[in-house]
Amino acid sequence: MEAKNTIVFPAETLDLVQKIMKRYPEGKHKSAILPILHLAQAEWKWCSPEVMDYVASLLSIAPIEVYEVASFYTMFHLEPVGEHVIEYCRTGPCCLMGGVEVYDHLKKRLGIQTGETTSDGKFTIKEVECLAACGWGPVFQIREKFYMQLTAEKVDQIIDELSK
Amino acid sequence: MKILTEHIDVPGIETIDVFCKHGGYQAVEKAIKKMTPDEVTEEVKKSGLRGRGGAGFPVGMKWSFLAKPEGVPRYLVCNADESEPGTFKDHYLMWKSPHTLIEGMIVSSFALGANTSYIYVRGELMYVIHILEKAIQEAYDKGYLGKNILGSGYDLDLYIQPGGGAYICGEETALLESLEGKRGNPRIKPPFPAVKGVWQCPTVVNNVESIAATSWIINHGGEAYAAIGVGRSTGTKLISASGHIRKPGVYEIPLGITVEDFIYSDEWCGGIRDGHKLKAVVAGGSSVPILSAEMILNTVDGEKRLMTYESLSDGGFATGTMLGSGGFIVMDETTCIVHNTLTFARFYHHESCGQCSPCREGTGWMDKVIYRIEHGKGRKEDIDLLVDVAKKIEGNTICPLGDAAAWPVAAAIRHFRDEFEWHIEHPELAIQPGAVYMRPGASWAQ
Repeated sequence: MEAKNTIVFPAETLDLVQKIMKRYPEGKHKSAILPILHLAQAEWKWCSPEVMDYVASLLSIAPIEVYEVASFYTMFHLEPVGEHVIEYCRTGPCCLMGGVEVYDHLKKRLGIQTGETTSDGKFTIKEVECLAACGWGPVFQIREKFYMQLTAEKVDQIIDELSK
Repeated sequence: MKILTEHIDVPGIETIDVFCKHGGYQAVEKAIKKMTPDEVTEEVKKSGLRGRGGAGFPVGMKWSFLAKPEGVPRYLVCNADESEPGTFKDHYLMWKSPHTLIEGMIVSSFALGANTSYIYVRGELMYVIHILEKAIQEAYDKGYLGKNILGSGYDLDLYIQPGGGAYICGEETALLESLEGKRGNPRIKPPFPAVKGVWQCPTVVNNVESIAATSWIINHGGEAYAAIGVGRSTGTKLISASGHIRKPGVYEIPLGITVEDFIYSDEWCGGIRDGHKLKAVVAGGSSVPILSAEMILNTVDGEKRLMTYESLSDGGFATGTMLGSGGFIVMDETTCIVHNTLTFARFYHHESCGQCSPCREGTGWMDKVIYRIEHGKGRKEDIDLLVDVAKKIEGNTICPLGDAAAWPVAAAIRHFRDEFEWHIEHPELAIQPGAVYMRPGASWAQ
């Protein structure tokens, strides 16, 4: 994470936050926690306590209400992560398509295990459950992008591309 | 016969202009201008459409349970949290043809008298959320959403809600908790969402595919829909086909074709990948019982099994399974059933919300025991232990996740007990990479 003294969304994101809060009936804006946490993670890469406190302040709710939500949903990183977080699907159908071998190759290539970040801070590997892309497995996701029908060669290409 | 995917490969179908050129939004015009909400509901009832998320509950009947107290808003929430392993049909439909869902949302919201509706999409599909949001804006711009739709006086706002990565939020009351900005812990029922749903207001939660089908039903009539299929399995179903087949992908089938046709016909899966044989199938997403090749192709009475709710469940859990979400996972003889079961057990362990102790403790216990069997450390009593744990989870939890976790383990042991025994009796062989037990005389054995 880049050093920032104050955690504040850029103006256009703040406008979007206001719009999101209006999607719900009056007084029910707590519903905006998940969409705003996604915006926050996109902005600061992970949900640090300071980031979660900021989300709570935007919604005028207690920080614990954000912590308990962020810690329930697996998409939110509660620890610092690398520049590219590779989240690979470890569930049955992807394993049938050779997922285990492909992910082993990924770990070997980056020299790290699942849950770790490369020493240059470039890559983090996480394992996730079914990504609803079973017919195109093995699959991993980096931010919003899906990488499908993975092979060892494809993994190398992707890593080469992202290492540039 | 294609209802949901007829135009899915037309270039530009994700835009409202191309979508309208292919008959899009005619159901909105018809429903809002020419029909009453009750008439729309009546057509859906007549269609026999059953919930496509997995439970198969009749959609029209679910709608008719919606409480309508004076002065209280009611809501339609679309369940697009698709997370059941093996299932990717909603992902495919929303990604390729977002307006198919949005049109259905407008028709269904009108029938229910909802003025605000939400599509709860699993957060991992953020790129699909962007596609849907663009399409929703187009629908607003054309006057199909917003105030006074088509001059009818009916108002509807439609919003997307992203999830955060939690299988449990596909359970409808967990989804509603999540929509309220909370942890996705399922609620105790009753009250059902139809009476007290999101923000304690009457709410209907329907799967993407169910809602999308309502447009065709309004255009062609409920009877025309009911004419497709067999018995109480009416209409078409999106099947997500994955695993060891020649052509994995999403297929829209008329309910009632044979399982054999679905697996082997070039129109669908195209058969097992070259040089291999069918060993087992999980027909309706990871939660439903796995069946061996013989059992999935034929019922115990020797009849060809059909792709219907009834035929797939023929024989109960002793010899049958369920259509579920239509997540059709095909395995050839290279598949180790113990390993596959481990990935499912690990999944449910990870996804249990932790509210009910039988599920919270039981899923972890099953995961641990199957892990040690798979890794050559199994004990003789472990198989019966697994059966016992599964039995003690089933039916003892607030929501169906407990059952969903117990069934795949129980079924794997019911139909492939010899494979578990082999792992325990021959750990030195079982831990070899790629080692698979071959049942003597089995149709898939080499």
